Amino acid sequence: MSWRQARLVAHRAETPTARTLVLEVPGWPAHLPGQHVDIRLTAPDGYQAARSYSLAAPVDGERIEVSVQRVTDGEVSPFLVDGYREGDPVEVRGPIGGWFVWRPQQTEPVLLVAGGSGVVPLMAMIRARRAAGSRVPFRLIYSVRTPDDAFYTEELRRRVRDDAGLDVAHVYTRQAPDGWRGEPHRLGLADVNTHGWPPELEPLVYVCGPTGFVEAVSDLLVGLGHPARRVRTERFGPTG
Amino acid sequence: MGIVTPGFQGRPRAEAPDLPPGQYLTPDFPVLSAGPTPRVPRDTWEFVISSETGTEYRWSWDEMMALPQETPTVDIHCVTRWSKLGTTWRGVSLDTLLDGVDTAADYALAHSYGGYSTNLPLEDLRDGQAWLVHTYDGDDLPAEHGGPARLLVPHLYFWKSAKWVRGIHLTVEDTPGFWETAGYHDYGDPWREQRYQGD
Amino acid sequence: MTALPYVDGNMLDGPLGEVFAVDLSTATARCAHCGTTGPVAGLRVYSHAPGLVGRCPTCVEVMVRLVRAPDRAWLDLRGTTFLQIPIP
Repeated sequence: MSWRQARLVAHRAETPTARTLVLEVPGWPAHLPGQHVDIRLTAPDGYQAARSYSLAAPVDGERIEVSVQRVTDGEVSPFLVDGYREGDPVEVRGPIGGWFVWRPQQTEPVLLVAGGSGVVPLMAMIRARRAAGSRVPFRLIYSVRTPDDAFYTEELRRRVRDDAGLDVAHVYTRQAPDGWRGEPHRLGLADVNTHGWPPELEPLVYVCGPTGFVEAVSDLLVGLGHPARRVRTERFGPTG
Repeated sequence: MGIVTPGFQGRPRAEAPDLPPGQYLTPDFPVLSAGPTPRVPRDTWEFVISSETGTEYRWSWDEMMALPQETPTVDIHCVTRWSKLGTTWRGVSLDTLLDGVDTAADYALAHSYGGYSTNLPLEDLRDGQAWLVHTYDGDDLPAEHGGPARLLVPHLYFWKSAKWVRGIHLTVEDTPGFWETAGYHDYGDPWREQRYQGD
Repeated sequence: MTALPYVDGNMLDGPLGEVFAVDLSTATARCAHCGTTGPVAGLRVYSHAPGLVGRCPTCVEVMVRLVRAPDRAWLDLRGTTFLQIPIP
């Protein structure tokens, strides 16, 4: 797998600290929702830094999208969120990963559980479901600190309205929006019970977020009776 | 070299005349770990030097703390290319620990709580070049940096300064450690840029 | 939420893709230490280190180590009894 040269063709802010980058990658092969790419940056003195980012959108020719959360004190993400300009090159390697993927021909119900920017590969699945006209029931439980930290808010609202069989529930850990029922809390058993699928339906579950979040959620799910092999996880560490 | 992305600088880094080749300065103290961080209570901690004949020399935490203490200020160089200058530690010189150890061995294999190991020539642990340290910058050495106690061998790349060190096997033959069996250099002199085997 | 210092085996796919001609992202591996057999994607990977260290999610012993020099790579699989690779 080799590095390809890509360039930024469009971008949009997702939150005050995150933005989506649309990259054009000549020769890009197809990818599956859930896969990721490695992005490599080179400084004028030859210094390089590479990071992995989940693809945020399904196949669209030679265009790919990633949504990047700025990590305080990070090395790469602050540049990608605030400094990287349209037309400028980066190097991209991918697509990577064949485990944490959803294929439109799958038929079982799907539960997606996201912590923070872990929503990105799950959004790619939601978008791919729409693009493929799949009717497989999807549920997303999305844990964020505050409403301002939530990615894709408008689009998710629209998709819940337009995409039959898609449900989305937010859980707020620090501060909830006005009118939200309940107190801010960490995602727990009640949330998974209320907004997830019972194990009897044999759903496939995808959990993505920081390592501690994924650990806690997969323990909850397995405790509820979901077989470990049906709980697929993608953890990301503190690299920035 | 890859395609330069305009505006990207990366971590602040400077090449200083007192840095080994290929290293950059960091103001941070990055945490590197190849596994879960062991939590070793001091009341069960022990340090064991075992000679090539099987004789063992043991120190409990209190016994180690009762030995003469030194406060070295040294530069450290990580093979992942960061260097940190003027770090201050406190601990026991390996000269003190090796004093009275009867050995004809040429090599040492340091081994740690959690399973890590690293090898180095025994002579590199002598003559004021190495310490068993328990304090960094005036405070107890945090577990993520190798506490309660780690090896400090600052003239070699920092992977030789085993975190959570538990003991040292003295051996007649060189026995490669955790990273040395996976491609890293047996000796690891930063000034000769001995990063990988064959460098 | 504690910051745990490892990520999933999924992240090995890119670096291993430089070494193997086959896609290992859907491969299964058996731990030489405890015998647990599971997806490579399910390993715990410690990447803030001089190399990549993949550990068994059950017993936390090392199953795979990958060290990348600019012009060479070392792959140590002594902690893995086998890799089962789907070849469709």
